[in-house]
Amino acid sequence: MATLKDVQIKIGAVKKTKQITKAMNMVAASRLKGAQRDMDGFKPYADKFAEVLGSLAEKSEQKNLLLAPKEEVKKINIVLFTSDRGLCGGFNMNLINKAEQLIEKPETDKKISFTAFGKKGNGWCKSRDKKIDYEYIGIVGSRFDFSVAANAGQKLIDDFIDSKYDEVYIVYPEFISVAKQQPVIKQILPIPPLEKKEEADEENKPFLAEHICEPSVNELLDVMLPKSIFVQIHSALLETSACEHAARMTAMNNATIACNDMIQTLTLAYNKARQAAITAELMDIVGGAEALKG
Amino acid sequence: MTENIRLEIVTPAKKVVSEDVQIVMAPGVLGEFGVLVGHTPFLTALKTGAIIYKDVDGKERYIFVNDGFAEALPDKVTILAESAERRRDIDMSRAEKAKERALKRLEDAEKGDIDFIRAKSALQRAINRINLAQTR
Repeated sequence: MATLKDVQIKIGAVKKTKQITKAMNMVAASRLKGAQRDMDGFKPYADKFAEVLGSLAEKSEQKNLLLAPKEEVKKINIVLFTSDRGLCGGFNMNLINKAEQLIEKPETDKKISFTAFGKKGNGWCKSRDKKIDYEYIGIVGSRFDFSVAANAGQKLIDDFIDSKYDEVYIVYPEFISVAKQQPVIKQILPIPPLEKKEEADEENKPFLAEHICEPSVNELLDVMLPKSIFVQIHSALLETSACEHAARMTAMNNATIACNDMIQTLTLAYNKARQAAITAELMDIVGGAEALKG
Repeated sequence: MTENIRLEIVTPAKKVVSEDVQIVMAPGVLGEFGVLVGHTPFLTALKTGAIIYKDVDGKERYIFVNDGFAEALPDKVTILAESAERRRDIDMSRAEKAKERALKRLEDAEKGDIDFIRAKSALQRAINRINLAQTR
C-alpha cells in the first residue's frame, strides 16, 4: 500500500499538472479568438472572390490549363495541413487518417508526394518514408498573411503545369464549431469544374451577364484561377489554425477535468490512509493504557 | 448633390473601406477609369497603384492597392486586393527599404528569371507607395 507521503506527493504533482493544463486551455482560448477573427476577416474576400469567379466562369469556354484534367492520373500531391505542436487531442491523427484514406484508394500504383504544412504531418510523412516536396513549418497556429498561401500555391501550380503532378488535393480540418472539426479532402488541381449558379441570385444574373471585362474574360480567368487556389490554401490555413486552437482547448479542458477526478480519488485515498493510521495509533495507545492498568 | 455609390475595398486580412462615396478612380490594366453611380457592370484587373475616391463630403482620399480586381455595378464598386492601405498608413521607411532591397535583387537576378520578375513587381510596389506617400 502506498504510504501517506507517497500519496501526498502524487496529489501535489497532479495539482501542478492541472495548473498547466488550465493555463494551456486559457491560452488556446484566447488564440482561438484571434484565429476566428482572422477567419471572419477573410470571409468577405473569399465570398466576393468566389462570386466574381463564378460569374466569369459562366461566360468563359473554360480552356485554361489549370482546369483541364490530365488524361492519366499517376502523380498526386497531397497538401496536408496539421499543427506544429501536439497536446491537442486527436486533431492531427484525424487529419492524417483522412490523408491515408486518400492514399489507400484501390489504384495504388500512383506516385504520391506530400506538401506538409505543420510539423506533425511532416513528421508523420518522414516516419512513413513518404516523399515530401515542400514543407512549411511555423505557420499554422501563428499569425501569417496571404503571401504564405500565394507562394505555396504558386509552387504547386508551377509543378502542375510542368506535369510534376497530375492532381493536387488538400486535406484540412473544417471548422464547424469549437467542439467539432471535420477533416475534409478537396481537390484543388486541376480546378474542379466551377459551379455555375443556376437558381441563386436571380436578380443579379442579368447584371453579371452584361459585365464588360477588361482585358478579356479569358485573360481575367488566367489571373483569377491561380488566385482562387491561393484563396483556398489561405482559408485552409486559417481553418487549420482555428481548429488547432479549438482542439487544444477541448483537450486541455478534458485534461483539467481528469486532473480534478484524480485529485479527488487521491485525496480520498489519502484521507482513508490517514484515518487508518490514526485509528492504528489510537489502538496502540488504548492497548498500552489497558496493559498498564492490568 | 450627386447620388453616392458604395465603395468596398476588401483584402484577405480585412475590409479596408466600406462607405458611400461620390466618385471612385482606379488604375485598370488597360488604363485609369472613374466610376460614378449608375456605371455599367464592369470587371477589370487592376495595376498596382492608387485608388482615389471622394467621400460624401467631397474630400479626396487615396488608397494604395496591390494586385487586385475591381467590379463595378450601378450602385456599388468592389475592389479585391491582396493588400490595401490608406495613404496615411503607408510606412515610408519600410517602403524605402523595400525599394532598396528590390533594386539590389534586380542587379543580382538574371533577366527573365522568376526572381527578376518578382523583384521588379516588388520595386513597382515600393515606388508606387513612395509616390503616393509623398503627396501627403
